[in-house]
Amino acid sequence: MKKVKVYMCLMAAGVVILGGCGSSDNENAADSGNTLVVFNYGDYIDFTTIEMFEKETGIHVEYEQYVTPEDMYTKYQSGNIPYDLICTSDYMVEKMIRNGEAKKIDKTSMEYYENLDPTYLEFCRAFDAENEYAVPYFWGTVGILYNTEMVEEEVDSWDILWDEKYENQIIMENSMRDAFEVPLKWKGKSLNTTDEEELREAQALLMEQKKMVMAYMVDESRDAMIAGDAALAVIYSGDATAAMEANENLDYVVPEEGSNIWFDCWMIPDSCKHPENAQKFIDFMNREDIARINFDYVYYGTPNKVLYESLDEETKEDYTIFPAERTLEKCEVYKYLGSEIESFYNQLWKELKAY
Amino acid sequence: MNKRKLLAGPYLIWAIGFIILPLLMIIYYGLTSPDGGFTLENLSAIGDSIHYKALGQSLLIAFGSTCISLLIAYPLAYILSKNQGSKKDIIIMLFILPMWINFLLRVLALQMILANTGILNGILNFFGLPSQHLLYTRTAILIGMTYDYLPFMILPIYNAMCKIDRDLIHAAADLGAGSKLIFRKIILPLSMPGVISGIIMVFVPSISEFAIADILGGSKILLIGNVIEQEFSLTNNWHLGSGLSIVLMVFIFISMAVMNKNDAEGEGQMIW
Repeated sequence: MKKVKVYMCLMAAGVVILGGCGSSDNENAADSGNTLVVFNYGDYIDFTTIEMFEKETGIHVEYEQYVTPEDMYTKYQSGNIPYDLICTSDYMVEKMIRNGEAKKIDKTSMEYYENLDPTYLEFCRAFDAENEYAVPYFWGTVGILYNTEMVEEEVDSWDILWDEKYENQIIMENSMRDAFEVPLKWKGKSLNTTDEEELREAQALLMEQKKMVMAYMVDESRDAMIAGDAALAVIYSGDATAAMEANENLDYVVPEEGSNIWFDCWMIPDSCKHPENAQKFIDFMNREDIARINFDYVYYGTPNKVLYESLDEETKEDYTIFPAERTLEKCEVYKYLGSEIESFYNQLWKELKAY
Repeated sequence: MNKRKLLAGPYLIWAIGFIILPLLMIIYYGLTSPDGGFTLENLSAIGDSIHYKALGQSLLIAFGSTCISLLIAYPLAYILSKNQGSKKDIIIMLFILPMWINFLLRVLALQMILANTGILNGILNFFGLPSQHLLYTRTAILIGMTYDYLPFMILPIYNAMCKIDRDLIHAAADLGAGSKLIFRKIILPLSMPGVISGIIMVFVPSISEFAIADILGGSKILLIGNVIEQEFSLTNNWHLGSGLSIVLMVFIFISMAVMNKNDAEGEGQMIW
């Protein structure tokens, strides 16, 4: 019994110490009152827009960044920092909506919501059925970035990633869904399949491919492609655009079998303490001049219609950020697959990595 | 209350907050299931083929980098300890200098060197030699770990050798011992505490390494450190991650116990 008590005391001390760290943040926030804690992907905003927001509204913004949606969710769940506004990807938005961790957004109070293109809001219904919780920030695709000096044939299908000619010259996505999406779409399956057999088949294809893969990467693949270390890389369209600017031998294509179209959206989590400030921030992001600054910085597809129409023809026709309609039709948005399939995915992913 | 004891206060808070509590939390998570009940499943999960293969890979690479470090460090420390003067200080300095730079930056630099179009292949090609495919292989991880942990092997061995009483060596020489015999009977046994410290300081961090495996191994090789890291960051299963951490800790304790036992006859003076 004594041991148990000692243990419990230590645990209690831990809660006090750890809790102390968290609550001091809260108090700071409460002191100044007019703050907003924003949690976004790294390098995903032009900081001048935050400064402009602070100047115009007098709201102090605490800006935090993360790498993957899973990282974000772990940090959000630990509850140490009460995030007011999160920008994250579609399937994570859906997961949080399902878990009741998202707050509805009051669209009527927003001046610039109208700027958003209904086509993209329609896409967003895949994970947010009534467009109630999420406001799209940027969108893009996953495709193949290739070096035209190393790849002579035309790239239009995922099957090139299984071509033995390119052994040790292929970079695959080091994130679960983006890796599995490739064999699933290649074989004409939905990337939201919950059929365990289809997923096993996809895993078998990935295992077969592993010996030809140079490396699994996320953000580093851009630099590796610019340096010419690899011939082909599965990559996000935004990274592709940036890489193509740095190395003119690179080209990007969304394979004809279709791929993933993704949306990064603003959403208000239930940890939000300043919902009004969060709404103001979202609305600010939709304003044409602000959206333009961020578009020029991030250079992903924008769902902002007013901004799109004001772009010059060359940018509008840049098929890397704005693919042809025919290609877009075959693309799918990731849906949250439920915790059971999620852990099945985790298991498959771990098996692939250990293979 | 002794006033001097108060000086230990900051360390005490540090030790409780950042060593003891996290350790207790790991033990707590490791022995419970997500629904809160007691379980040993997280520990026995090491029997899963993925996990023990990853542990095997880690042990193998850690063993490899320890051996290579020892092979490089021992002769170097021996030569350095025999020399006197400022040249020696400069060489020691050269080995400590890289430790002033963050180890991740050094690994990233190594990535640049080993890449297909990297500096090493550039030099090889310049001399008409064929390019080597090194980056994103097991060899690259081994090179990275050895490079990172080598100073931890050199310094304890060097210290141990410097402490050897020169009179012992002179006496042995006076009595007719050859240099080989002196090395075997005096220098080798008396430098053992340093060797053991060095082995522990290289082996222990490299067995739980995951960042080097990610950066230089291209995420293709799964070490036990990677498995644990993914359980925390990707899968969000802190229980399994903690359970596997406990198993890893047990392995580390066993290896330390074995090393210390071998050292029992020596002076037993650890330099770490």
